[in-house]
Amino acid sequence: MKRKQKKVLIRIIISAVMLAGLKIFAPEEGWYCALMYAVPYAVIGWDVIFKAVRNIAHGQVFDENFLMMIATVGAFATGEYTEAAAVMLFYQTGELFQSVAVGRSRKSISALMDIRPDHANIEIDGVLTETDPEEVEVGTEIIIKAGERIPLDGVVLEGESAVDTSALTGESLPRTVREGDDVVSGCINKSGLLRVRVTKPFGESTVARILDLVENSASKKARTENFITRFARVYTPAVCIAALALAVIPPIFAGSWLTWLHRALIFLVISCPCALVISVPLSFFGGIGGASRLGILVKGGSFLETLSRSSVVVFDKTGTLTKGVFNVTAVHPERISEARLLELAAYAESYSTHPIAKSITDACNTDIDRRRIGSCKELSGRGVKAEIDGLEVCAGNDKLMDDIGVKWHPCHHVGTTVHVAVNGEYAGHLVISDELKETSAKAIELLREAGVRKTVMLTGDSKAVGEDTAKRLGIDEVRSELLPADKVEKVEELMQQKPPKTALAFVGDGINDAPVLSRADVGIAMGAMGSDAAIEAADIVLMDDDPAKLAAAISISRRTVRIVYENIIFALGVKALVLILGAFGLASMWAAVFADVGVSVIAILNAMRCLLTGKADSKEVLFKT
Amino acid sequence: MKKTFKLDELDCANCGAKMEAAIKKIDGVNDCTVSFMTQKLTLDAADDKFDDILKQAVKVCRKIEPDCEIVIK
Repeated sequence: MKRKQKKVLIRIIISAVMLAGLKIFAPEEGWYCALMYAVPYAVIGWDVIFKAVRNIAHGQVFDENFLMMIATVGAFATGEYTEAAAVMLFYQTGELFQSVAVGRSRKSISALMDIRPDHANIEIDGVLTETDPEEVEVGTEIIIKAGERIPLDGVVLEGESAVDTSALTGESLPRTVREGDDVVSGCINKSGLLRVRVTKPFGESTVARILDLVENSASKKARTENFITRFARVYTPAVCIAALALAVIPPIFAGSWLTWLHRALIFLVISCPCALVISVPLSFFGGIGGASRLGILVKGGSFLETLSRSSVVVFDKTGTLTKGVFNVTAVHPERISEARLLELAAYAESYSTHPIAKSITDACNTDIDRRRIGSCKELSGRGVKAEIDGLEVCAGNDKLMDDIGVKWHPCHHVGTTVHVAVNGEYAGHLVISDELKETSAKAIELLREAGVRKTVMLTGDSKAVGEDTAKRLGIDEVRSELLPADKVEKVEELMQQKPPKTALAFVGDGINDAPVLSRADVGIAMGAMGSDAAIEAADIVLMDDDPAKLAAAISISRRTVRIVYENIIFALGVKALVLILGAFGLASMWAAVFADVGVSVIAILNAMRCLLTGKADSKEVLFKT
Repeated sequence: MKKTFKLDELDCANCGAKMEAAIKKIDGVNDCTVSFMTQKLTLDAADDKFDDILKQAVKVCRKIEPDCEIVIK
């Protein structure tokens, strides 16, 4: 408890004791009695009245301090001294509860996301010195002891250790790193001593980017959240006007002014909108916190909300459903030797960063002598055109061959075929295939169980490869032979076909699908450890490569949204009920205070479920099969 | 320019919502969000008048919730 909260607690106790004493020993009649009851009232409520008066001076009329002041002063005026003091007491107690509960939940959610490293060890003149990670420059050597958090991204120079990446990925199995491996900031070094050369300044490191993303997530508010703040702006004045009407209109016909005034005061107490306004963002914040524990980073409440409505999930194939690790599985030369074909292809592809290109250079297994390459041009979605030893070499798919007017023939192997043409003549082809991820098939199954109606796979690969993969995974629809630009078009097409009021989620690995990620209702990038593009473009980031996390993300989003609705319905329902009962004289001011602060506290506790059940439930989703 | 500031002693969610609405009305503000959960204010405003706008925002906040303070680093 903070000091401020402790002070309030002391005031509550003093006031409660005084009130109880008065109730036992003093009779509740006469003007001097009002004075006596004014003492505990002042002890507990002076700050509310002070704030109310000050805020009116600032032109803020309908704030909750003002409403509480009118209601309790009104109760005094109508001779209900005990009630006036007790209601103020109850109100302050509720507010205290609320502030403690919010503080606690804020802390526990932030703790989940707290992966900020506090220091980096640098060796200066043979002595280890703790330095602020922000001050460490690129190229510096740092020492990471066992049990410490890795402060900056870097590459291991010396040492071997198991690294716990669970804070980032939710994956509990430690990863082994040794000399030459990259290490990512935010992970924990479990066993050995590591000497690491820093490769990125702190501001660009993985941990800084994730923290930035998490901290900004609250600024992208969900639709429900905006709705509720707008609603609150109308709600309070409306209930106040109703209170005024209740105080004035019925007595004109029926008399008994005091009774109606008392009922109107009850309305004023209920008109505070805090329970609503607080519970919605808290629920989303909890959902985001719970997801981050599983290595699912959500950039804002609005995306969690959209994800919960998703009925169509579109996947990119390479790197998402498959490992993105290609191997050359067949070499079919024509007129030249196998080795020559592989060599030409490798040289042509040597400047390309495409995973297929990498697999060809790997298969060639010789050092590329860049001097032999003249010009080199990458043709997006087709292949490359390069000048090697003065020969014009084209390597790419069927479309490239058609473009340059070379006759080619298909291969009987299923896989990605890369054709090679030398000086406009067909020289043969290479077949490259990719492995499926172990969890891909399960991911599709889990999605279907989670209520996703359609799964679609987009790929730049040939029809045969696409259909073969889809069949093995149980995907409903395949669109193959797509250029990166076609993917946007296909996603737009699918978005038009999807059932109304539902959303389309696109899952990619962040390489070349940034436009699609931003075009889809929700863009989800996976395997983001290290890929800047993915973190930038996506709305939701799955930190590790596991597509099965998607189903967990969807179930978290659905639960969060359900809790948000529960809270809204509960808070509005209780308020409406007490309003109606109050209008007929069936609810006391106690009930009204409960409808205000009591409901807030319950809504806050309910919102915390977003966080608490996060791990258990998603585990269940992950390991059901 | 977009900048984030910490909010001290933001005690009520509705006050935060009111502050957000009021800051959005200041001339030159492109966007503004007040997050009750993270106790943060994100202000997106015209570059050349940013300091001026920030001063106005501080004033507006003081008017709505005098206990709450925008921490300017």
